[in-house]
Amino acid sequence: MEWFDLTVVTGSLPEFWRGLWMTLQLTAIALVVGFAFAVPLSIARVSKNPWVSAPVRAYTYFFRGTPMLVQLLLVYYGVGQSEWIQGMWETGNPFWLLFRDAYFCALVAFSLNTCAYQLEMFAGAIRNTPHGEVEAATAMGMTRATALRRIILPSALRRALPPLSNEVILMLQGSAIASAVTLVDLTGAARNVYSRHYAPFEAFIFAGLLYLAVTFILVGLFRVAENRWLAHLQPRRSASAQKD
Amino acid sequence: MTHKASKELLRVEDLHKQYGDNEVLKGVSLTANSGDVISIIGSSGSGKSTWLRCINFLEQPTSGRIIVAGEEVKLLPGSKDALKVADPKQLQKIRTRLSMVFQHFNLWGHMTVLQNIIEAPIHVLGLSKKEAMERAERYLERVGVWKFRDTYPAHMSGGQQQRVAIARALAMEPEALLFDEPTSALDPELVGEVLKVMRSIAEEGRTMLVVTHEMGFAREVANHVVFVHQGRVEEEGDPREVLTRPNSERLQQFLSGNLK
Repeated sequence: MEWFDLTVVTGSLPEFWRGLWMTLQLTAIALVVGFAFAVPLSIARVSKNPWVSAPVRAYTYFFRGTPMLVQLLLVYYGVGQSEWIQGMWETGNPFWLLFRDAYFCALVAFSLNTCAYQLEMFAGAIRNTPHGEVEAATAMGMTRATALRRIILPSALRRALPPLSNEVILMLQGSAIASAVTLVDLTGAARNVYSRHYAPFEAFIFAGLLYLAVTFILVGLFRVAENRWLAHLQPRRSASAQKD
Repeated sequence: MTHKASKELLRVEDLHKQYGDNEVLKGVSLTANSGDVISIIGSSGSGKSTWLRCINFLEQPTSGRIIVAGEEVKLLPGSKDALKVADPKQLQKIRTRLSMVFQHFNLWGHMTVLQNIIEAPIHVLGLSKKEAMERAERYLERVGVWKFRDTYPAHMSGGQQQRVAIARALAMEPEALLFDEPTSALDPELVGEVLKVMRSIAEEGRTMLVVTHEMGFAREVANHVVFVHQGRVEEEGDPREVLTRPNSERLQQFLSGNLK
């Protein structure tokens, strides 16, 4: 193959692995942090009290309405422009110093972004919980908190699995913009390989294949998860309906 | 009522419910003693379901009193149409003593049959898992669906689901059971299995309030029948009397329409 020089890839494998590792870290941490905030915020999002739901709505409106790249640049370059934060840097405050670190800034931007998407998915699923199931919980003497914890959230989070799998895959691929703030993720590694060898096909096709492989694994994991947790919504697998 | 001597379990006094200008319940009262099976009948829109749902406060009555086993539900003036419960903890406790069976079963879809049964006994009554499992086995056997314990509700027929719902209500070991049109959502051929279960638990001496269209059940199983028309109790009494020789013209019309 004249157009594809395999030695470019094999010679840069460690670089690709490091890039892939960075991509996986950014994606996984952002998704987990986003999830941890999305669950409680989704409950706030469906609150009947506008003082509780409106701020959450404003947050998701902003983060779903603007490109993640803009959000990343805003966190990385924008935060440092604040005089107050510059003051904090001078005092050596360890928390605010984190905002000088591209890795940390990428995690903040990605987490904020995926949290907004996840919480809207969860809020939608909570709203779609069959009313009768909530009523049954109430009639059994459950408090609102118990009904949320035992009935509404377990049901809603299960139903949110299919849209969540899309979000996870979009996040994986969206994390490619981390290379815009000096991070060498998988896309960044591919770009470095390309510019060193002037070999665009080798660098980007191999990176693409790695993204594809991870996506494939994620799709498989979600299929396992759906079989496990969405069995109650699937047609039963045994051939004959049970009679008593 | 036939069980004059037995203990009073539930008393509803002069219950009113309105939605805006629409007064659905215009002052209805009822007393259930231990072991009573009371059927509430009436055409759709008569207010009979609203009445039942006001008893455990799935709907907030506009005025009236509800006394469960001598304990009155403490109420405060709320909005124009609805009273407010003064003590949510008291209400939750009272709800555990009045289990409800719904028209659409309302089983928790993401849980298996067994999980549906043990959920509230564990997380509301505070039973241990072992105790809850014993109850689950007892009541699922009782309604004949023990072998479906690991099945999800959506994979069962309506009649089976409703029997699970009855077992779920029984597992709370309540003082009275409230049935809200338990057979109305079922295919005709599935009605019988549910009525059979209801009849057998009535024969155990359980106290039941049954909103129903099943005249056979009202006549044969209930010891008291209440006919509701336009938010009022039009006629009530012993079902064999009331359903065979109705006094009011409304009930005569209702029965002839229904028995056709």
